[in-house]
Amino acid sequence: MVYFILKRLVQSVFVMLAVAFLAFSLFRFVGDPITQMTGVETSVADQERLRDELGLNDPFILQFGRFTGDMLQGDFGFSYRTRQPVAEMIADRIPATLELGIVALLISLFVGIPAGVYTALRPRGIATQTILMTTLVGVSIPTFVIGIMLIFIFGVQLGWLPTFGRGGTVQIGGWESSLFTVEGWRALLLPAITLGVYQLTLTMRLVRAEMMEVMRTDYIRFAMARGVPMQKLHYKHALANTMVPVITIIGLQFGGVIAFSIVTESVFQWPGMGLLFLESIRFVDIPVMGVYLVVIAFFFVLVNLIVDLLYVAIDPRLRVRDVQ
Amino acid sequence: MIAFIKRYEGLWLFVHSPAAIVAAIVATLIILGAVFAPWLALVNPYDLASFSLFDGLLPPVWEEGANPRYLLGTDDQGRDMISSILYGARLSLVIGLSALTIAAVLGVGLGLAAGYYGGRFDAIVMRIADVQLALPAILTALLIDGIARGILPAAVQQDLRVAVLTLAIALSLWVNFARTARASTFVQMNKEYVQAAIMMGQRPSRIMFVHILPNILGPLLVIMTVDLASAILLEATLSFLGIGLPADSPSLGTLIRIGMQFLLSGEWWILWIPTLLLVALVVSINILGDFLRDVFNPRLR
Repeated sequence: MVYFILKRLVQSVFVMLAVAFLAFSLFRFVGDPITQMTGVETSVADQERLRDELGLNDPFILQFGRFTGDMLQGDFGFSYRTRQPVAEMIADRIPATLELGIVALLISLFVGIPAGVYTALRPRGIATQTILMTTLVGVSIPTFVIGIMLIFIFGVQLGWLPTFGRGGTVQIGGWESSLFTVEGWRALLLPAITLGVYQLTLTMRLVRAEMMEVMRTDYIRFAMARGVPMQKLHYKHALANTMVPVITIIGLQFGGVIAFSIVTESVFQWPGMGLLFLESIRFVDIPVMGVYLVVIAFFFVLVNLIVDLLYVAIDPRLRVRDVQ
Repeated sequence: MIAFIKRYEGLWLFVHSPAAIVAAIVATLIILGAVFAPWLALVNPYDLASFSLFDGLLPPVWEEGANPRYLLGTDDQGRDMISSILYGARLSLVIGLSALTIAAVLGVGLGLAAGYYGGRFDAIVMRIADVQLALPAILTALLIDGIARGILPAAVQQDLRVAVLTLAIALSLWVNFARTARASTFVQMNKEYVQAAIMMGQRPSRIMFVHILPNILGPLLVIMTVDLASAILLEATLSFLGIGLPADSPSLGTLIRIGMQFLLSGEWWILWIPTLLLVALVVSINILGDFLRDVFNPRLR
């Protein structure tokens, strides 16, 4: 158990180093940092002096070491565009993206899992066929079109919900949250649904497939023959055994949620990291692009580590194997 | 006739699948419209002299105040909507198909070689594929686009927009081809005809492209249709985000982005007509992809 966790930790460190290397290469080789920092009037001699002072003539490995060391101490450099520290710019945007992503994931789970179970248990029902058709169409419609449709229906035609921004936010120890005001929730609803729809269809299809698989197994048939009540059979015996793949997919979906949040944030002008990343691509703001990558990779690694720990918590067989 | 259709199982399945027939008709119509856009379109959206601001914001013919010359109305610049979407679909399809071709050549080449040689080469290619698979395609494409913006001199940026966008999409889609080609090659490697060819001392390139490739085309064809839809969607998404093509050479995604500005005013057609065309195109290609997968994978039937 401890060995398992340690092994995963070491792997995670290597992943982070690889991403940091990518970010550093971006910073070092895409465009010249010196021309970004100096104006046209700076003489070539001054530029060379600055290059030397900043250590840009040092060996590559040494520069990369320094870059990683600075990052570990929370020094992420300065944006080319706004001249602000990148760490502050990103930190300001993290709460918005995380709240959006988590609510979207929750929507996909709380709708996707019951829908998956239902469609697996009643494969021939009219409701099942309708749900399956709807998700097929839903998968084919691009995220931004779903966002525009929701804005059009609920924002423009019905006028029920706001169509951009975060609504009311509350500061809680430096974390700007929109989860504690009615206005905030109203603003969150449409973007979260937009982001959640695609994940929802994935979750539903997976739960459905797993559930149908489990229902065919011998132990379920035996339990049926023994006369275990159907409710207990479905929700205790069968559903519990579908949870391991479902949790895996949540870990994998997290990457998708973050990536598609770029699109969703753009449609709804949601002030999160994705919008910042888009702006930084448009202005070739390399430091922000690099740090965005590192931060995303960090969340990704963290979520997958938690998923690994959850396996052990959910599946008793993994614990037993460890004891032997 | 019926005997002829029955002989070809795929065709037989096709005439019995109404969804596939409708999808094929829709996709063919859009593709034909895109190919013949210069002859079909009323005005050339790239040529400022061919349209006039005085014709701006006209609604489609079935609404009040329309000009029968413009069947689906005009945008704020006075461009005929039909012409815009024909040229837009043309650009989207050109970029999608070129990106798909590059991705297929790159992916199938690497996948075949990885499956044929195995060993260290296989390990390296598949590691890269794994890493890229963890990143969603849209993030990869955005990154490549951002890097290109940083590397290319400002003077050629505008001229190379289409090339950069195509390459960014191609590089984010090659993984599917490589993985499929590799897996199928592995299966073929154990078959006698391949072993015989190796024993006869034929060149590896000949064995890969002449012997193995024709036998793994089925699954690759399925990937191709599905990825054509992905490529078109990626292009539309990037252009919608304002990272792809500029407003003076609008693809479907750019048209939708422009239409977003009219979401709150009454001019619904500027937004919904290109959106409808994009969704129709992608949905019909996806349905055809699903159909092909069923044809090539009898177990799923």
